[in-house]
Amino acid sequence: MLFRVEVGLRPQVRDVLGQGVCRKINDELGIAVDSVRIVKVYVVEGLDAARADEVLAAEALHDPVLHLASLSPLARGFDWALEVGFRPGVTDNEGRTAKEALAMALGLSGQEAAGLAVYTADQYLLSGDLSEAQVASVARDLLANELIQRFEYRSRGEFAARPFPARAARVTGLASDQVDSVAIREMSDEDLMAFSRANTLALSLVELHCIRAYYADQASARVRREAGLGPDPTDAELEVLAQTWSEHCKHKIFNARISYVNEETGRSEVIDSLFRTYIQASTEDIRRALGRDDFCLSVFKDNAGVIRFSEELSVCVKVETHNSPSALDPYGGALTGIVGVNRDPMGTGLGANMLCNTDVFCFASPFYKGELPPRLLHPRRVFEGVREGVEHGGNKSGVPTVNGSVVFDRRYLGKPLVFCGTVGLMPALAAGRPSHEKRACPGDAIVMCGGRIGKDGIHGATFSSEELHEGSPATAVQIGDPITQRKMYDFLMRARDLGLYNAITDNGAGGLSSSVGEMAQDCGGFDLDLARAPLKYDGLRPWEILISEAQERMTLAVPRDRLKEFMALSREMDVESTDLGRFTDSGRYFVRYGERPVALLDMDFVHHGGPQMELQARWRRPEVPDQDIPEVADHGDLLRRMLARLNICSKEFLIRQYDHEVKGGSVVKPLVGVFRDGPADAAVIRPDLGSERGLVVSHGICPKYSDLDTYWMMANAIDEAVRNAVAVGGDPRRMAGVDNFCWCDPVRSEAVPDGRYKLAQLVRANQALAHFCRAYGLPCVSGKDSMKNDYVGGGVKISIPPTVLYSVIGVIPDVNRCLTSDLKAPGEAIYVLGVTGPDLGASELASELGFSSGSAPQVDALSARQRYETLFSAIRAGLVSACHDCSDGGLACALAEMAIGGRLGLRADLDLVPCWGGPGLAGLLYSESAGRLVVTVPQRLCAEFEALFRGQTAARIGEVAAGPVEFRSAGATILSQEPEVLARAYKSTLAW
Amino acid sequence: MSRVNALVITGYGTNCEQESAHAVRQSGADSVKIVYFSDLAAEKADIRNYNYLIFPGGFLDGDELGAAQAAALRWRHARTLSNEPLLDQLTAFLDAGGLILGICNGFQLLVKLGLLPASRGEYFKREVSLSHNDSARFEDRWVHLRVNPDSDCVFTKGLDALYLPVRHGEGKIIPKDERVLAEIEKKGLIALQYADPETLEPTQEYPYNPNGSPLGIAGLSDPTGRILGLMPHPEAFNHRTNHPGWTRGEHAVLGLALLRGGVRYLREH
Repeated sequence: MLFRVEVGLRPQVRDVLGQGVCRKINDELGIAVDSVRIVKVYVVEGLDAARADEVLAAEALHDPVLHLASLSPLARGFDWALEVGFRPGVTDNEGRTAKEALAMALGLSGQEAAGLAVYTADQYLLSGDLSEAQVASVARDLLANELIQRFEYRSRGEFAARPFPARAARVTGLASDQVDSVAIREMSDEDLMAFSRANTLALSLVELHCIRAYYADQASARVRREAGLGPDPTDAELEVLAQTWSEHCKHKIFNARISYVNEETGRSEVIDSLFRTYIQASTEDIRRALGRDDFCLSVFKDNAGVIRFSEELSVCVKVETHNSPSALDPYGGALTGIVGVNRDPMGTGLGANMLCNTDVFCFASPFYKGELPPRLLHPRRVFEGVREGVEHGGNKSGVPTVNGSVVFDRRYLGKPLVFCGTVGLMPALAAGRPSHEKRACPGDAIVMCGGRIGKDGIHGATFSSEELHEGSPATAVQIGDPITQRKMYDFLMRARDLGLYNAITDNGAGGLSSSVGEMAQDCGGFDLDLARAPLKYDGLRPWEILISEAQERMTLAVPRDRLKEFMALSREMDVESTDLGRFTDSGRYFVRYGERPVALLDMDFVHHGGPQMELQARWRRPEVPDQDIPEVADHGDLLRRMLARLNICSKEFLIRQYDHEVKGGSVVKPLVGVFRDGPADAAVIRPDLGSERGLVVSHGICPKYSDLDTYWMMANAIDEAVRNAVAVGGDPRRMAGVDNFCWCDPVRSEAVPDGRYKLAQLVRANQALAHFCRAYGLPCVSGKDSMKNDYVGGGVKISIPPTVLYSVIGVIPDVNRCLTSDLKAPGEAIYVLGVTGPDLGASELASELGFSSGSAPQVDALSARQRYETLFSAIRAGLVSACHDCSDGGLACALAEMAIGGRLGLRADLDLVPCWGGPGLAGLLYSESAGRLVVTVPQRLCAEFEALFRGQTAARIGEVAAGPVEFRSAGATILSQEPEVLARAYKSTLAW
Repeated sequence: MSRVNALVITGYGTNCEQESAHAVRQSGADSVKIVYFSDLAAEKADIRNYNYLIFPGGFLDGDELGAAQAAALRWRHARTLSNEPLLDQLTAFLDAGGLILGICNGFQLLVKLGLLPASRGEYFKREVSLSHNDSARFEDRWVHLRVNPDSDCVFTKGLDALYLPVRHGEGKIIPKDERVLAEIEKKGLIALQYADPETLEPTQEYPYNPNGSPLGIAGLSDPTGRILGLMPHPEAFNHRTNHPGWTRGEHAVLGLALLRGGVRYLREH
């Protein structure tokens, strides 16, 4: 029996959400609509119709102060009714809560509640003179994503005759224990590849041959026979290998053997793994050099990298991307991205408490006006969806979003990048054991904890290892559930402190297949029974249960003698945990469904059996002409236009929708200054509320330089991250980094004719990473890569610019010395630290004025490191009142932003700016030379400050003043702008 | 002089329990314990053993069905292992003179449980609700608050103004009817109001009033003054460096002052 419960606002309550939708229809779609009202629809299944009235009487689904609830339609006075609901199997968080609420309010028994389901939908009542086509556009282009949602609409007349029916988005299916075998031994190469493609396995021919050889081996055939399996691989085994060997999980390109030819120098070399050669080796060297001061505790091997914060506390950090899902469903993709990365610290060592999030997005312009290739969503819709997904993921999980940025480039139309990072905090000792270590032991129970398994996210790992195309699978998209995760987290942190488990990891890419497989490497095998796994609905085949990426699940190794206690606490805290089998030392990866064998593989083959890729890279410097800079008639106007550019302008509307101070430790917030609307360089928090010790979180990202040279792109990203952290008071000697590479496919093929160049770009970025991390003494503790950020469809291919997000965390001994970028008081001296060159290649100015230049900023790491260390001393001594890094938009924008923050003017003489290479006036103002900072110093402290910087490039260029922002050169005033006018320009672009 | 034993209740999406516990500890409570809702049901903790109860901020049940709607049902229907309604514990706690502070999502819970404003002294009857901000957005920003001098609230006694962050999407008071609003005002149940930063007068102007709440209502108390609920987060201003203008030399009374008001009251009674 199905019935609808409709909940609408009482007439006297303003429908602000409806008004918001109305604004969006008008502003974003350009469709004139007079008003929108929203009715919430709950379709209840599994309850006797006679009890429907009870649902209303119990006030379970509505708030009697706000709402009217009814079993018949509430819609009145509208022109069109549009209803949007979920497709079967899509996570419906509100439906889940509604079910729980009903069960509580009606006092249902466990059995009655088990048969209950609630499906939600939103009904939009539109008033206005709208055509049917316009209503369809409102549905398709704004309110419903047809990948995960269905919609229907009716005019008032149609609705009166035939209101919307009660629809249950139920997944129908029968329990299945079917295991198929795949006769790959007889397949031709073409057949093999066709099979891989048709099943989204993303396996290469070499890998398929390798798998075929494994099955041809007589020893493994005998073992299989004994276990009751045939000589051919089962569907599950192929899926396991595809997941484990996927680019997403195995980082095959970063581990490939690469022949690199540098045409510029004429040198060739063979690089055996970019990861080992550059990232791991540089970090090892740095740690060795730090010796007893090494603050790294666990690098690269776990879900997140761990460093020492204090004697009692450690912090860990991980940054992930969730690009492909966010392209298909921005809201669900981003939400899953953030709650997914939360599970990395949660699954690091014995588990960390979540401390803060960081989010960096790369989009095409939200004002994009061109054609949209098939399957791509408009960038504004992507932006809004991602924003909301991260809002819900972060806010509802109670994790502050402290740092982030948004980068715009037209090529992100093909694939938006959504970087989500989480920093975790762990006691150095958990139940007496070092918390950053874990080990599953033979005999331990395999326990899955948290959410249930559904078809959601099947093939996420292999799907993200492919380019996005018109037929990309919808099941790869999921919607996260922050509250189910929060409950699990509450339970797990308690279980950790009670010492109830030996190891923990998250279920992300590859699901159980990866989480159990990885944990079992500690002990050497496992025996997993899928028949015990809790499912959201029937109809999953064993292989689907094994690789489903359904969210909110952790896998644990629980010692047998603690299992009872673990399970009891789990039940008590309303968290589902299931014993799925045991870890062994058999050397076997063994999965069954009850008594039926599903997969039997050699552990060693699963994890080390894949062949190393052999790739070619060839570097030839792109030719970018140096054009003259167009004449600038009005420098005031230019500065305002620069501040309004998407890559520079205020992101306040976005920042304020993220809770950036939950947990109560906020020290430097993302918005600073007298009206809290100036930009912060980095975030500082106090992880331990009882201490003055702080943690700085910052990042650098400059994909624009990739068009010139990815070497300098990488160098600038690292420099920017460190500099941002130093600008708020970070100690450059106590920082650790996280590298996140997002590349376009760099493997040469028919579809990727320029693969060798793209791979050379990757090589060069890695070389820079090794050079600059070494120079700064900055160990990388964690990282990730996403290598297939291309779109193909409608006859076009769009590849993103090679992008690296470099994130930094660092320890600050005393937060009371931290500082912000806003100008503080008239009369204070302004200094520029570092030298300005003619670095306008790929700059914001070049883009604004439309000229090209081939020179990317280069980083002089030795002088920069000395500068940052000296600045840290100056800040600790209390000599500096404001500090801002100088990057996008150069010196002019940096000074303007400081003026906006303090709503104070300044006088600066550009002739005093230390420079080389004749940057010219435009260059002095807007060159993006690396390593520079602007600081202010109270007059009485100037002598002391200058003494510290003696022998370094640092110049006093002017002072803070009460009036306008004034730049002078050669005795003339170049521009004079009131701070308020600059603030308006800075804030107007994204004043949504 | 009585001991102050504070209990901070979390679980099901509450997430400000740590800083709330820290704040009440800093404010002078003799003991502070964080428990999960499930601990109360499992009889691992009993509300009656405490005299200062805090419902912290968070997202109970993800705000689905409306903020704290499902949690209010849970409280209303939950029973302990020995089949005692949890509400009975809560009632006994109040009868014994205990204090309740609900912050943000905790305030939403108190309102939906009918513990606030209880304008006619009838508890567990819902008279007002908290609904979506006029901006239709979640927002994080600091606001100026005026302490209503006519309020009998024990937490705000002796204070005249506060500066605190709000972080919510559903903070606008909606009364059941005009009578309730008039009653709230007349009986001095408005404890805190969003205020203009210059004049410190109650304001309806965005963003000083961040959600459009009528009469600038930011916090309500019950007629006894022993229950306070507020949307802003006093626990998030527990250190001078929490102030968004601290690097500019700006400062204000810490949010802890509010929690201290509760401690002082318990000591004196």
